[in-house]
Amino acid sequence: MRRFSYRSLISEALNAHQGWQRQWRAPDPKPSYDVVIVGGGGHGLATAYYLASQHGITNVAVIEKGWIGGGNTGRNTTIIRSNYLYDESAGIYEHALKLWEGLSQELNYNVMFSQRGVLMLAHNVHDVQSFKRHVYANRLNGIDNEWLSTEECKAFCPPINISQDIRYPVMGGALQRRAGTARHDAVAWGYARGADSRGVDIIQNCEVKGIRRDASGAAVGVETTRGYIGAKRIGVVAAGNTSVVMQMAGVRMPLESYPLQALVSEPVKPCFPCVVMSNAVHAYLSQSDKGELVIGAGTDQYVSYSQQGGLHITNHTLDAICEMFPQFTRMKMLRSWGGVVDVTPDRSPIIGKTPVENLFVNCGWGTGGFKATPGSGHVFAHTLATGEPHEINAPFTLDRFRTGRLIDEAAAAAVAH
Amino acid sequence: MLLIDCPCCGLRPETEFRCGGQAHVARPATPADVTDKDWSEYLFVRENPRGVHAERWIHQHGCGRWFNALRDTVSDRFVETYPMGGDPKSTTTETRL
Ligand SMILES: Cc1cc2nc3c(=O)[nH]c(=O)nc-3n(C[C@H](O)[C@H](O)[C@H](O)COP(=O)(O)OP(=O)(O)OC[C@H]3O[C@@H](n4cnc5c(N)ncnc54)[C@H](O)[C@@H]3O)c2cc1C
Ligand SMILES: [Zn+2]
Repeated sequence: MRRFSYRSLISEALNAHQGWQRQWRAPDPKPSYDVVIVGGGGHGLATAYYLASQHGITNVAVIEKGWIGGGNTGRNTTIIRSNYLYDESAGIYEHALKLWEGLSQELNYNVMFSQRGVLMLAHNVHDVQSFKRHVYANRLNGIDNEWLSTEECKAFCPPINISQDIRYPVMGGALQRRAGTARHDAVAWGYARGADSRGVDIIQNCEVKGIRRDASGAAVGVETTRGYIGAKRIGVVAAGNTSVVMQMAGVRMPLESYPLQALVSEPVKPCFPCVVMSNAVHAYLSQSDKGELVIGAGTDQYVSYSQQGGLHITNHTLDAICEMFPQFTRMKMLRSWGGVVDVTPDRSPIIGKTPVENLFVNCGWGTGGFKATPGSGHVFAHTLATGEPHEINAPFTLDRFRTGRLIDEAAAAAVAH
Repeated sequence: MLLIDCPCCGLRPETEFRCGGQAHVARPATPADVTDKDWSEYLFVRENPRGVHAERWIHQHGCGRWFNALRDTVSDRFVETYPMGGDPKSTTTETRL
């Protein structure tokens, strides 16, 4: 791997940029691997990277049916924060946030992590109470989160309309200053490059069609569109398609897959300093470094793999954006798209073992797993390397839906992202 | 937005409806006798198929009635709608659109 440095940039500038190499190889699949990862999104690639870099396991393949990062990783609105209510969630999201803080250096790849602050607006008494509870719970977990009055929200993010005669007036907000955004593609590419340089095979345009099991029931490999690939351990990291892949091994999942949409505006000069989220009116807004407003909408109400959602869903979000930020009423929207998000009953992920020997799963990140990418990959690599969960992902079992030990972020805040 | 064929009112826009999730999930008749595993299946595990899905809808802002539907989750097309308690005419496997 050729490292990016001041020197390499200068020398390539003088060389008319003719000397850059491909960032990762395009190998043919080998007959078998120590670990096969199904799904080349950020989580799968991060898992491969940490398997190689932390555990010395380099005989690894990441199998992706399309192109890497073409799933939810490349479709999300990139909000990163760790101010979740429960200790278990705080543990994993804060683990991820700490890794984000050093990620560009670690990968020698600019993931454009920008800690510009995420402000969550409260629009009713319930929001105020629930957000304050989050602030206190977060502080007990050593996570920064502070309560801002309505005027302080306005000072932090001047575009917000704080007039009290709108349908959902702003009653304050919770601000995590260390939160922010990152460049989604760069995260997939940076991990892919780092994993590849340590020997991991990244195999694109190769769909997993079946999971082969031996007489004892243990998983021994995957059937793919490029033939059978043996594996000592298999990690399924297929986001919206997890139910489908797990069904190949006869495992039924507590998941439902919904369309989730986002859209971007025409690019304009810098005018929006942070990320603003409003769960009550269902709108999420930030400005990309290119200048586009990046807007997240809600999920559709029905299960779908279409990667498309209803126009009335985005419309609803734009209504809220126009009311909260009147300066944007005349912005033109350029593009909208959808992803397929895998949602668990308690809105917390599932990371760990399955009833099938040698088969592991990392899924259920739903509408908000981009922020967890480094932490999720890190603990899942530990799980695949040792066969046992890391203490951080130990609570996020599949079995919790039987034991009743849910991690009910859904009830805590009904928060997406 | 989907166009949905309410058995009572005919084709109406999706915004008049609420989706009630997977159809034909029967509550165990004697919950006390059910294992934790089966109870968890009933509460939490869902088909979530890539293909035809049986689901419940209610025409909330119309006749107010519940009904069942078969819908392809890849194309989002409805295969058919049918009354609560009834069975669909088509089977879920042969009607992939
Ligand atoms: C519109 C939208 C906005 C979002 N906004 C945010 C946000 O602001 N903040 C946040 O934290 N999260 C957000 N999310 C959620 C976030 O995108 C996901 O939780 C996260 O990216 C999941 O990463 P992943 O690597 O698990 O999945 P993906 O990136 O979806 O990767 C899974 C991969 O598996 C592949 N795959 C599936 N089936 C097979 C098969 N049979 N064989 C081979 N490969 C297969 C897919 O092609 C895909 O590339 C958003 C999601 C969407 C859709
Ligand atoms: Zn009706």
